[in-house]
This record gives sequence, C-alpha cells and structure tokens, in this order.
Amino acid sequence: MAGETQQTGSEYIQHHLTNLTFGQTDHGWGFAHNAQEAAEMGFMAVNVDSLCWSIGLGLVFSLLFRWAAKRATSGIPTGFQNFVEMIVEFVDGTVKDSFHGRNPWIAPMALTIFVWVFLMNLMDLIPVDVIPYLLSFAGVHFQKIVPSTDPNITLGMALAVFGMILYYSIKVKGIGGFVGELALQPFGAKNPVIQAAFIPINLTLEIVGLLAKPFSLGLRLFGNMYAGEMIFILIAMMYGGGLLLGAFGGVLQLGWAIFHILIITLQAFIFMVLTVVYLSMAHEDH
Amino acid sequence: MNINLTLIGQLISFLFFIWFCKQFVWTAIIGAMEERQKKIADGLDAADRASRDLELAQEKAVAQLKEAKQAAAAVIEQANKRANQIVDEAKGLARAEGDRLKVAAQAEIEQEVNRAKEELRHSVATLALAGAEKILQANIDESVNRKLVDNLAAQL
Repeated sequence: MAGETQQTGSEYIQHHLTNLTFGQTDHGWGFAHNAQEAAEMGFMAVNVDSLCWSIGLGLVFSLLFRWAAKRATSGIPTGFQNFVEMIVEFVDGTVKDSFHGRNPWIAPMALTIFVWVFLMNLMDLIPVDVIPYLLSFAGVHFQKIVPSTDPNITLGMALAVFGMILYYSIKVKGIGGFVGELALQPFGAKNPVIQAAFIPINLTLEIVGLLAKPFSLGLRLFGNMYAGEMIFILIAMMYGGGLLLGAFGGVLQLGWAIFHILIITLQAFIFMVLTVVYLSMAHEDH
Repeated sequence: MNINLTLIGQLISFLFFIWFCKQFVWTAIIGAMEERQKKIADGLDAADRASRDLELAQEKAVAQLKEAKQAAAAVIEQANKRANQIVDEAKGLARAEGDRLKVAAQAEIEQEVNRAKEELRHSVATLALAGAEKILQANIDESVNRKLVDNLAAQL
C-alpha cells in the first residue's frame, strides 16, 4: 500500500481510480483535491494525467516509427527496422483483408491505433503503485498512468472514428444515399405506402446501430482495461496483509500480468480491426 | 470517471497522430518494403535467367565442341589425302626422273658404242692398210688405197 497505511481499502481503491483533474474549483483554476471535487468540475476540466500519458505515448510511437521510417531502405533490414516492418506488414495485411475500398488513410490510421492503444494498455503492466508513489514526492497526489482506463480517452478515439464513419459515408454515398441507407433498411417493401410506414422503424433501428458503433468501440476498450486495472489494484492491496498474503499476491500479480499481456494486445487489435471494419462498411455503396 | 475536455483533447491528438503516421511513417516504410519486394523479385528473375543462360551456353559449348571435332576430323582426312597425293606425285616424279635418267644413260651408252665402233672401224682401216702395206711391200699410192680401204671399213 506504498506507505499510506492509514488508508482503508476502499480509500486506497478510490485514490487509485481518481484522475489528476485540472479545472475550476471554488478557489479558481487548479487541481481537484479529491474525486468529488473533480466530478463537480463538470465538462470544463482536463484529466491531465490521462492526456499527458496518452500524448506522451503517442509521441513515443510517432518518433520511434519515424526513426525507423527514416532509416528504411530497400536493402537488408536489421534490428528495430525489422520489428517495425513486421508490425507494418501485419497491420497492412489485416487492413487488406477487411477493407476493400481505396483509401490511403485507412492503413496508417490502423497502425496508429494498434501501436498507440497497445502502448497505452501496456502501462497497465507497470505495478500500480510505482509511478503514483514516485510522483507523490513531487507533490502530485493523483495519478492514473493507464490512459485507456479513462473513458475520455477511449471514447475520444471512438468519437474520432465515428466522425470518420459519417464523413466517408456521406463522401462515398452522398447525403441522400446515406440517409436512404438509414431509412430504407432493413425493412423494405415495393408498395410505397408500406415503405413509408417502415421508415420510422428503420430509422430507429439503424440510428441505434450507428450510435452503438462508437460507444461499443470505446467502452469495450475502457471496460477491459478498467477491469484489469481494478484487479491489479486489488492484488496490490494484498501486499499490506502480511508476508504470506503478500507472497500470494506476488504470485497472483505475476499470473495476472502474464495473462494481461494477451488482453492488452488483443484489445488493441480488436480496436483496430473494428475501426477498419466500420470504415469499410462506410465505404460500401449498396 | 468524468467525461470532460480530455475527450476533445484525445480526439484532436488522435487525428494528429494519424496524420503524422500517414505523412512521415507509413509511406516511407511501405515504399521501402515494396521496393525491396521488387528488388528480390528482380533478383530471383535474374537468377532464373542466368541459370537458363548457363544451360543454353553449355548446350552451345557442347555443339561447338562437336563441330570442332568434326572440322578437325575433316582436316585430318584432307591432310591424309593430300599426303597420299603428294607421295603419289613424288612417286610419279621419281619414276619419270628414273626413266629420263635411264633414257639418257642408254643414249650415252649408244653414243659410246657408236664411238667405239667408229674408233674400231678406224683402227681396222689403219690396221688393214698397215697389213696390206706389209703384205704388198710395194709403194702404192696411199691416197687411192686409202679411199678404197675407207670404203671397206664403212661397210663393216
């Protein structure tokens, strides 16, 4: 429990699940001092920790891959370049399998999602207390280092994907085609009167289906990572319960971390594939 | 777990990273990979072509060797023929030369015989005259008798 022995278990969990939020408090702009204060800040606030880690990891991805891209030649690839090319080829293959239109943005987007989300999820494997404990010496009292356990982050990406779905649907099919797709499916009839009667039902179904895409996309990633983080926190609580329980906790943490390697990779992959599939559907003209 | 401006921040940085990835990462890496793919394909093609060329060259070499052997055989045959011809010619020449020498020798022999005959005739005439002189022991007009004896000798 990292030296904060006076905390109760629920306080410990609560503490770990609170973002470092910057917004307007009763005393002007500043960091929230507890979860309730953070909640009261409303929409006009920023989770500084999530956003910093997220952008930081995005920069790590961009610069590493930029470095590899700069050195990329048609000669014999070595070391890190091999690794990067392996990932690029894997993503390229996946995109070619599920996306049949022609759009130069899809593959780079898939690569960005895969690597970035993977890196964000990877933060989950750092023991939960290490970085918050170190930062507490610098006067930072809240720190969530896994950006993908923050729904803002996952839903932010999902919303961007949603925006792209709308943009490409309208670009490829035209506004009429897109609205027609929403209104005239799945129930259709040759008789115009019956068809008109079906339109409200179709619209309801299709709009729900459309909106479900970004929400399921964002919440799936968030839910998986949040649950994983929560289990790490619960395991970490065992370290405060004596030598035997602590040793058992260590074994559990190792086991869960190894299992979690699979989950974080899988979730990054799922996020990427679903994005590509949604955009592929947006490009299909009926 | 509050929805706040972080959402917008993440959305914007997401779009930025996608743009960065497309602009500075994806194109370069995929370009290099495609170029390498093409290079490798070209290399394999070239290797194929080279082995086919090698095969052709070997075939050609074998054919040329065969041709050369044939030519050599022809040359040897011709040379043999020519040698025989030369030997024949030489034989012919030698025979002709021998004949010529024989003829010349015969001619010389005949000449010698003739000369010997002449000399003999002459000696006989002289001997006959001397004999007659001794037998007759008379002064006979030698020039008249000479003519007589010469005629006699010529009839020998």
